[in-house]
Amino acid sequence: MSTTIHTPARSAGDTAAPAAGARRRSAPAPIPFSRIVGVELQKMFDTRAGFWLCASIAIVAVLAQVAITAFGPDSMITFETYATAMGAPLQIILPLIAILSVTSEWSQRSGLATFTLVPSRGKVIAAKGVDALLVGIAASALAIGIGALGYLVGSTITGVERSWELSVTSTLLTILALMLSLSMGFVLGLLFRSSPGAIVGYFVYAMLLPALFGTLAGFQQWFADLQPWVDLNYSATMLYDNVPDTEGWLQLATSAGIWLGIPLLVGAWLLRRSEIK
Amino acid sequence: MITIDSLTKRYGDVTAVDAVSFTAAPGRVTGFLGPNGAGKSTTMRIVTGLTPATAGTARVLGRDFADLPNPGREVGVLLDASAQHAGRTGREILRIAARTMGLPTARVDAMLELVSLTPGEADRRVRDYSLGMRQRLGIAAALIGDPEVLILDEPANGLDPAGIRWMRDLLRGFADNGGTVLLSSHLLHEIEAIADDIVVIGNGRIVAGGTKDELLGGRGTLVRADDPAGLAAALERAGLSATVADGAVLTEADPATAGRTAYAAGFAVTELRAADGGGLEEMFLELTAASQRDHLHGTEGNAA
Repeated sequence: MSTTIHTPARSAGDTAAPAAGARRRSAPAPIPFSRIVGVELQKMFDTRAGFWLCASIAIVAVLAQVAITAFGPDSMITFETYATAMGAPLQIILPLIAILSVTSEWSQRSGLATFTLVPSRGKVIAAKGVDALLVGIAASALAIGIGALGYLVGSTITGVERSWELSVTSTLLTILALMLSLSMGFVLGLLFRSSPGAIVGYFVYAMLLPALFGTLAGFQQWFADLQPWVDLNYSATMLYDNVPDTEGWLQLATSAGIWLGIPLLVGAWLLRRSEIK
Repeated sequence: MITIDSLTKRYGDVTAVDAVSFTAAPGRVTGFLGPNGAGKSTTMRIVTGLTPATAGTARVLGRDFADLPNPGREVGVLLDASAQHAGRTGREILRIAARTMGLPTARVDAMLELVSLTPGEADRRVRDYSLGMRQRLGIAAALIGDPEVLILDEPANGLDPAGIRWMRDLLRGFADNGGTVLLSSHLLHEIEAIADDIVVIGNGRIVAGGTKDELLGGRGTLVRADDPAGLAAALERAGLSATVADGAVLTEADPATAGRTAYAAGFAVTELRAADGGGLEEMFLELTAASQRDHLHGTEGNAA
């Protein structure tokens, strides 16, 4: 049975000529992408979890400064040490922020409202991606700023002669490495669409896989040769220590393609077909 | 205006929505009635673009939902009042909606007032809201863009009787202003109280549809008198149909005609009213019983 019900002629008449007239309006202007970026940025901070995650960047930065000043030998009291002290904690916090910005739409079910207001799922996700990168860059700048303050205080306390030397190249490379970690979190969030799944996934990627791949490379020469090309962790960690040459950049691009590009495409494709519950 | 045409959704072997077609017209409240699990929510989720359809089309204001340039300004949607980030305040949720649609924040306060959420309540986190407060917040979010169409899934859930009355008046006013309202319910009397048009769904299929009068009224008149057989004969002599059932007479005539005829024939009428819209209620009960887990046939088992 495929019963077709049409509302009676009376109401069909109403359609042709709306009685009130006021209701038949011109279609509103489309929502600009910049507005979605703004809204999604607001959503990253306006919950208690989001607020504390972002606040933790500043808190951890300050703690790191205190730790260097208190326990570091004089040789460590350099601007570079202070400015990059944040690298390790940020490598954990930034991916978490990126993960939650995506997965909270599912774990908190706010996606129902989000995707009925903006049906283009790709646009919402792209806006979240832009915001995650913006937050990552702002956090890096903040870390350097707090580092400068910490250095000022630390060098005064310890009496070390001050020199504001900071390699721009290595700082930029460190920020790039952080952005790669953040992107990994984002992609995992998109792929899993569940906070616990994506967070566990990130820790497997960041903690477990390097040990696994390291062991493999230690025993198998062929993998040791291949690793820089296929292991994003490996090629990204290189950025902390040295400036990549042409081959280094190519290795970074290939491994990023494997670990970020492909999952991003798969995640986006799955998202398009998925049901928002 | 919502136009649904041969909409089908399959999950593996299960057909949740089976060739559903109907129209919700402007200026009218269309009630979408069916037992739990009949496919109401799935249909509404397909209409709002949250669930992809297996086949068929659903159009709102002549477009696919996904093609609406700024959906919140044209269609107000409330599918699940609990589907909000529990850590946000009610006001924050409305602010996000207003900002997404490009509306001034003044709309937020206007909507809070409209749904009677006090400033204190608005600044509490949704985690601490009762279901009734969540429904009010959801209705505020649906109305904030001043839409032409409203799509509401079980909006009366969790509202107290005064709240239900308030919502009925609100939706009536919205439709009277030319708006289109599609709302679902699993309660016949709730739909009866508000809908102009009714669409009944069971097991994913449309089983009945039409105006409320067509479906619920027009079933004739019930007349009761001390001598039902005599009354039936009198009605038949007047050229009216008459059947005796349960000590009363059912006739196709309207109550006024039936009453006058009985008076003219000298019968003292003890009860006179429109007959129950038995068809729809019976059908609905059957639908509900079919999907009910606790069957009422337990006594048979005991007897055996």
